[in-house]
Amino acid sequence: MIKNFGFYVVPIALTIIISASLFKRVPAFEAFLEGAGEGIKSTFAIAPSLIGLITAISMLKCSGALDLFKNLMIPIANIFNFPPDVIPLALLRPISGSGSIALLDNIFKTCGAESHAGKLGSLIMGSTETTFYTLAVYFGSVKIKNYRHTLICALIADFTAIIMSVLISNLFYH
Amino acid sequence: MMMNYIWGSIIILSTVCAVFTGNISSLSNAVLSGANDAVSLVISILGMMAFWTGIMKIAEKSKITECLSNILSPIIKFIFPDCQAKSPATKAICMNITANLLGLGNAATPFGIEAMKKLQKNNNFKSTATNSMAMLIVINTASLQLIPTLLCTLRQKHGCENPMEIIPHLWVISAVSLAAGVISAKILEKVK
Repeated sequence: MIKNFGFYVVPIALTIIISASLFKRVPAFEAFLEGAGEGIKSTFAIAPSLIGLITAISMLKCSGALDLFKNLMIPIANIFNFPPDVIPLALLRPISGSGSIALLDNIFKTCGAESHAGKLGSLIMGSTETTFYTLAVYFGSVKIKNYRHTLICALIADFTAIIMSVLISNLFYH
Repeated sequence: MMMNYIWGSIIILSTVCAVFTGNISSLSNAVLSGANDAVSLVISILGMMAFWTGIMKIAEKSKITECLSNILSPIIKFIFPDCQAKSPATKAICMNITANLLGLGNAATPFGIEAMKKLQKNNNFKSTATNSMAMLIVINTASLQLIPTLLCTLRQKHGCENPMEIIPHLWVISAVSLAAGVISAKILEKVK
């Protein structure tokens, strides 16, 4: 049941949204066109950073540095049943959104999207955010210098998400 | 800022490492193919991203965002006790969280910054974060997106049979990590 539930999410969301638009007499197709145009613009807006970072990550992979790092991490990763391929993603995720897309893409390429690493990478990607970037943008907008407990709490949330991702991927996908 | 150093050191480190491991030829190929891969990735996610932002525009115009934000407001009042009900700050916080839930990244940030500015007005120490500001940011750094379209599209592109099967699990993980963030903020805000 829970495995198939994911299939229902998008159709349910579509039905609710389209029904609401009919009920409220919103010109749905025109709104769709406007939004889709914005979507194309914002996807192209992340293209430059993806080009820079995907190239850098594939250099890292081809040079053997990523494998070297992975091999160094294997002893620690094994204790927690954490696929070593996912470690770079967990490290880069709070810093860079495009960088983590590049690393996740690399995990999918090397291990496959259905592998343990692929599943865990997906869960971590979907349950955490670019914490440092968000802090900088939000506090920067009002010139706050003293963050108090914000960073530590945000990192507690990220860390909890990673632990939960490991637990769930071991429970359901292993 | 930090990305300048990280990106730079990834490239330098790769080059140095390639020299020592003798992988220099595959490194130069990686430079050529990496940039191409990135473009094909952008193209492959473009359709779904455009379609979904289109659908979300309909949701926005049909006032679904406002409706959700009304449903959330009692919870918001509980988490942000400093904010007056129906104050502009509370409204901006509600809209920010709703936009995050619906995955409207482009709308969430302006609402969040508006909320920060409203909160700053009632702040007596202008360079120090208030409890509500810290809470708002902790909530924003927990990923609340109900339907992670980019992630699912990426999974499908790499031959996943059920790219959406992870969604219910993601909801559980996000809920627990959000709770951890909110509770730890509630505890640590009392520490001077």
